[in-house]
Amino acid sequence: MKYVMLIYQGPALERQAALPQDEQKQVSADYQAINQTPGVTPGLPMGLAENATTVRVEGGKTLTTDGPFVGMKEAVGGWFILEADDLDAAIEVAARVPAARYGGAVEIRPSEVYW
Amino acid sequence: MVTTLDQVFREEWGRVLATLIGFLGDFDLAEEAAQEAFAIAADRWPRDGAPSNPRAWLMTTARNRATDRIRRDRAIATKFGLLVADDRAEVPMKTTSFPDERLELIFTCCHPALAVEAQVALTLRTLGGLSTDEIARAFLVPERTMAQRLVRAKRKIKAAGIPFRVPPVHLLRERLDAVLAVVYLIFNEGYGGRDELAAEAIWLGRALAELLPKEPEVRGLLAMMLLHDSRREARFSDGELVLLGDQDRSRWNTEQIAAGRAELDHALAMGGRGPYVLQAAIASLHAEMPCDWAQIAALYGELTHLTGSPVVELNRAIAIAETEGPEAGLRIVDQLGLHDFRYLHSTRAELLRRLGRTDEAREAYRRARQLTDDSAERRFLERRLTELADTTGPG
Repeated sequence: MKYVMLIYQGPALERQAALPQDEQKQVSADYQAINQTPGVTPGLPMGLAENATTVRVEGGKTLTTDGPFVGMKEAVGGWFILEADDLDAAIEVAARVPAARYGGAVEIRPSEVYW
Repeated sequence: MVTTLDQVFREEWGRVLATLIGFLGDFDLAEEAAQEAFAIAADRWPRDGAPSNPRAWLMTTARNRATDRIRRDRAIATKFGLLVADDRAEVPMKTTSFPDERLELIFTCCHPALAVEAQVALTLRTLGGLSTDEIARAFLVPERTMAQRLVRAKRKIKAAGIPFRVPPVHLLRERLDAVLAVVYLIFNEGYGGRDELAAEAIWLGRALAELLPKEPEVRGLLAMMLLHDSRREARFSDGELVLLGDQDRSRWNTEQIAAGRAELDHALAMGGRGPYVLQAAIASLHAEMPCDWAQIAALYGELTHLTGSPVVELNRAIAIAETEGPEAGLRIVDQLGLHDFRYLHSTRAELLRRLGRTDEAREAYRRARQLTDDSAERRFLERRLTELADTTGPG
């Protein structure tokens, strides 16, 4: 199975910034370890949501707005692709993402072939 | 021994379906095939006699149906140039020993990636063999809603890759808790009078105890359900709710109490001291005469320690009120935050009534009445209010 793993930071970035330096290093090491986990294809690091631009098209007209998509409660903070045997294996990797333990979350989406 | 067709179906449905899912890797295909096999059996067995090994017959017939369907779909797909990935049904299934994969099935149905109501519905449909319509009626939702819930759950199992297996050791504890919670939830739904759900939960509990004989909590849950259910007949008199202390004990099911206690003894002998074992021990003490309230209070204390649940604390308060008096019970009740919980208010009302604080008792009974939708409970509270009015004049 191929999964798209979406990382939501929630309060995680702020909480991590307040950590002592060795724990901050641990967070970076944990992300590094995720990227090197077999089956993981890292996504590109994402910039801040405040620098996002959202594009919608209504009635053939392109509507460009500042910021992340407001239909969602929170913006995606990062992503990676995971090839794993099943959902339980994906849950185990998701639980290792630091954001998940600092108040954020990881959403697991099975990848789908649409065309 | 004469076993009716219904009994055979009841016993075999979950097993046949579980094996088919394990073999085919597809819930829908397995369910359709099982349904067809059971329909053919219902048609043929009464006429030609039942086969010597009904399970093997059902399994083989269902598998053949599934294989036919796959071949047919493949033929259509080939005609339209589509790709068909699944070759599993072409592999012959061993017919000498069918694996019992009901455990794999229940762990899949109760996977935490599914919503709890979907877990419940799926468990009842696949393991319990209840029809969509029966489940819908039991949970008071339209059949269409229930059908959609089941379809969505099965789709998610497939799309999200929820595994069909007994979880590995490091996940087992947590996942077993989810399974037990689903069975307990089904039992609780049945406790308010929908007997068929309580019976179904006990049936599932028995199957689990058979499949996981070394898990004390599984036995504890079964024991607790049997002990609570043994008082079913006595909990209502002419459709009116009767509290434990006022129940006609001749209407208790003594056989079931004995069965429950035997399960509890098993669990305790295995060193079980988890939440379900504790609740079963409490239910067993409730069935004694006279009740050992001090022991019950101590067990509730232990249970609070394990669960941190204010509802358990409320129950401890009731036991404390029996041993140390209503005032002591009330002190605990008034520290609990359960402001919208109807049993908090009915318990407060009862304790206040015993203390002769009639106005406050009346207020609490009214609050409890406001919070309950159950008609038997409402009538019970009305009766209490009327009794209070009789002793003190209309208020």
